[in-house]
Parts: sequence; C-alpha cells; structure tokens
Amino acid sequence: MELVERYHASMVRVARTFVASDAVAQEVAQEAWLGVLTGIDRFEGRSSLKTWIFRILVNRARTRGAREARSVPFTSLEREEGETVDPERFLSDGAWGSPPRPWEGQPEERLLASETRDVIRRAIDALPRAQRRVIDLRDVEGLSSDEVVELLDLTEVNQRVLLHRARAKVRQALEDYLGGAR
Amino acid sequence: MIRRRGPLTCIELVELVTDYFEGALSRRDRRRFERHIAGCDGCTAYVEQMRVTMRVLGHLREDSLPPVARDALLHAFRDWKAATG
Repeated sequence: MELVERYHASMVRVARTFVASDAVAQEVAQEAWLGVLTGIDRFEGRSSLKTWIFRILVNRARTRGAREARSVPFTSLEREEGETVDPERFLSDGAWGSPPRPWEGQPEERLLASETRDVIRRAIDALPRAQRRVIDLRDVEGLSSDEVVELLDLTEVNQRVLLHRARAKVRQALEDYLGGAR
Repeated sequence: MIRRRGPLTCIELVELVTDYFEGALSRRDRRRFERHIAGCDGCTAYVEQMRVTMRVLGHLREDSLPPVARDALLHAFRDWKAATG
C-alpha cells in the first residue's frame, strides 16, 4: 500500500490527460495497479520501478483514450507557438522593459505553503494536456528526460518545448501571485 | 527566432532557459547565454525564478490518498485476489 500511497494521485493526474473524465482516470489508475500486481514477477529492474509503473499506466490510459476518441470529439491538436513571456514586457530592442522582480526576499515557507501549491496546481491544470503530462512526470514526479521521452513517445526537442512552455506558465502564475513586475 | 550572431537579447534568452538547464544548447549558445546573464539583472532574476519554480514543483507531490480512492483500490485488490486465488 505504500507504493500506492506514493504514486496513485500522480497516476490519476497523468491518466486524466489521456481520458475525458476524472472517473475514467481513476479507473485507469486502478487497472494499472492490477497490471502492476499481475506483472510484478516480470519486473526485471531494467528501469526504475517508478518508470515501470508509469509505463503500465500510460499504456492503459492511451488505449482507453483511443477508444474514447471515437466517441468523444477531441479538440484541436493543442499546437501552441509563440512567446512564453508577454512580449509587452520587452522594449523594441528585445531588452526587458518590465523585468521580473527577484524572489530572493520570499521566505521558503511562503513558497512551499499550501496556498502557493494551490496556485501552482491551478496553473498546471490550465495547461494543454501534453504540457501537463510532461511537467507532471518531469518536475513533479522527477522522472528523467530520457524516461519521459520514451514513456510518451516524444522527440527530445518536442519534450523540451512542452516542458519549457509549461514551466514558463507556472512561473508566470507564481509571479502573479507573489507580486508582479516592476 | 534566435539570431545566429551577436549577443543574445533578453526576449531571446527567456526562450532558451529550459534548453540551458537540460544541457541542450551548443557550446557557443551556452556561452552567449552565460555571457548575457552575467550582465543582466532581469534575465538573472528570470532564470532564478525558473529554478525556484522547478524546485517548488518538486514539492507538489501529494503523499496521502483520499479515503474514497483508497477504498476503491482496496476493493479492486480484494476482488483481484479472490479471482486469482
């Protein structure tokens, strides 16, 4: 049950980026655990246990998502382009006009307070799903770049783009919360 | 788009921060990046904030399971055990 405590919430979040509802995401995570139980004898330790568990989850979620996709119309490919920082903050020569104010004065307790975490959670939840998946696996769960590339079938470049866009938006949400630009 | 020559501007640098952290910049672009932040308070603050953002994200994991989810899982495990003997 310790493993379950440790990973279940993250698994549901990642599953949710493949399927259309929270209830289905819960189901998928549950199925994945049964897959883990059934397959644990075959776990060869070539990857970390964590990566192995997430691989089972992603496979199930993907299958389920594909099945749903036939009935649920999926909106756009979520392709995003352009700047990750508001261009209005820069002068015409590309230098900062309104630079970020350093957070050095922010006490650690404030950064890790539950209110700050809520701000971050909301920012993540507002991201396009591909970005949400990558930032959750990389920065929240702490998987390596190689692991995430393999798990999600991405190119390295694509993964970095998604991660960068996601981090930049979370940073912006934190900046808005902690006190805006100069 | 990033110009190939000359110093980086701030608006270009902010798009390279993740590539920088991930070690994905060429040696040359890495040098341009570091040379720029050495002389720019705004970009130094931006890069530092991206670091803090990543650190705070690393603390986001929820270690406790809501009772409802826990019950549902225990049920599923029990059914599974019963089915497999």
